[in-house]
Amino acid sequence: MTMTEVKTTQVYEVYIKASAQKVWDAITDPDWTQKYAYQGRQEFDLRPGGSFKAFSTDEMRSLGTPEVIVDGEVIEADPPRKLVQTWHAYFSEETIAEPPTRLTYEIAEAPSGFTRLTVVHELEGAPVHAQIVASQWAENQGGGWSWILSDLKSFLETGKTLSS
Amino acid sequence: MLAVVNDDDRVFRALADPTRRFLLDQLFERDGRTLSELESELEMTRFGVMKHLRLLEDAGLVVTRRNGREKLHFLNPVPIRLIHDRWIDKYTERRVSALLELKEELEA
Repeated sequence: MTMTEVKTTQVYEVYIKASAQKVWDAITDPDWTQKYAYQGRQEFDLRPGGSFKAFSTDEMRSLGTPEVIVDGEVIEADPPRKLVQTWHAYFSEETIAEPPTRLTYEIAEAPSGFTRLTVVHELEGAPVHAQIVASQWAENQGGGWSWILSDLKSFLETGKTLSS
Repeated sequence: MLAVVNDDDRVFRALADPTRRFLLDQLFERDGRTLSELESELEMTRFGVMKHLRLLEDAGLVVTRRNGREKLHFLNPVPIRLIHDRWIDKYTERRVSALLELKEELEA
C-alpha cells in the first residue's frame, strides 16, 4: 500500500454507553483486558514509575511472540479519568529498535450515560509503531486502535466482542 | 449532545460531501493541522472551511486538540471503523478473527 507521511501523534475517540469506571476497568484490569480485542492480559502498577506489561495470549505464543509483547511505564494515573504511560512493542526487531512511545487515555463521563474515551498516541521517532497502531502495518490493515476501540465499545455495550 | 454524536446518520451525512471528504484526505496525509493550513488547500472562505470542519467534528470524524495557542485537527477513524464493523462486515460476512489477523501480520 502507499505509505503517507508518518503521523507522529494519532488521536482516536469513541463514545461508549458505560460509566467512566467501567471504561477505566476495561483498560487497566487484567481480568477485563482478556475479554476484548487482542485478549491479552495487561498488568498495570498504577502509580508514577509503575510498570506496564501486556502479555501474549497462548495462541500468540504458539506463533512465536515473546511472553511480554508490550511494556512501558506509568507516568500518571488518575482513575477513572486519565492514564498516561509509555508503550513499547516487542512485535518485531523493528519495533524493539524504536524508542518507547507515549500513550494517554482520557475518559470523560457525560450526564447522558455516555463516556467519551480519547486515546492520544505520541509516536515521535517510532514510524513502525505508528503504522501498526494506525492499522497500516499489514496488507489487510487489521488491528490497531480503531479496531481495539470498536471492539471495546461492542464489548461494554453488548457484552459481546465483534469476533464472538 | 453526547448521545447523538455517535449516530451513523451524522457520519454518512458528513461523508456525503466532496469538500469534507477532501478535508479528511488531507488529514489522512498529514494529521494534526491548523485551520489555516487546511484552508490553504481549498478555494473557500475561512468561514466555509470552519463550517465543514464543524460538521466533521459533530460526526466524530475530526477531533481537535489544543497545542499551546494552536488548535490542531486530527482525523478520527473510529466512527468509520464502527460502521465497517457493524454494517459492512455484516453483509460481506467476512469474519476474520483477531488472531487470524495477528497471525498474518506476524508472518508477513
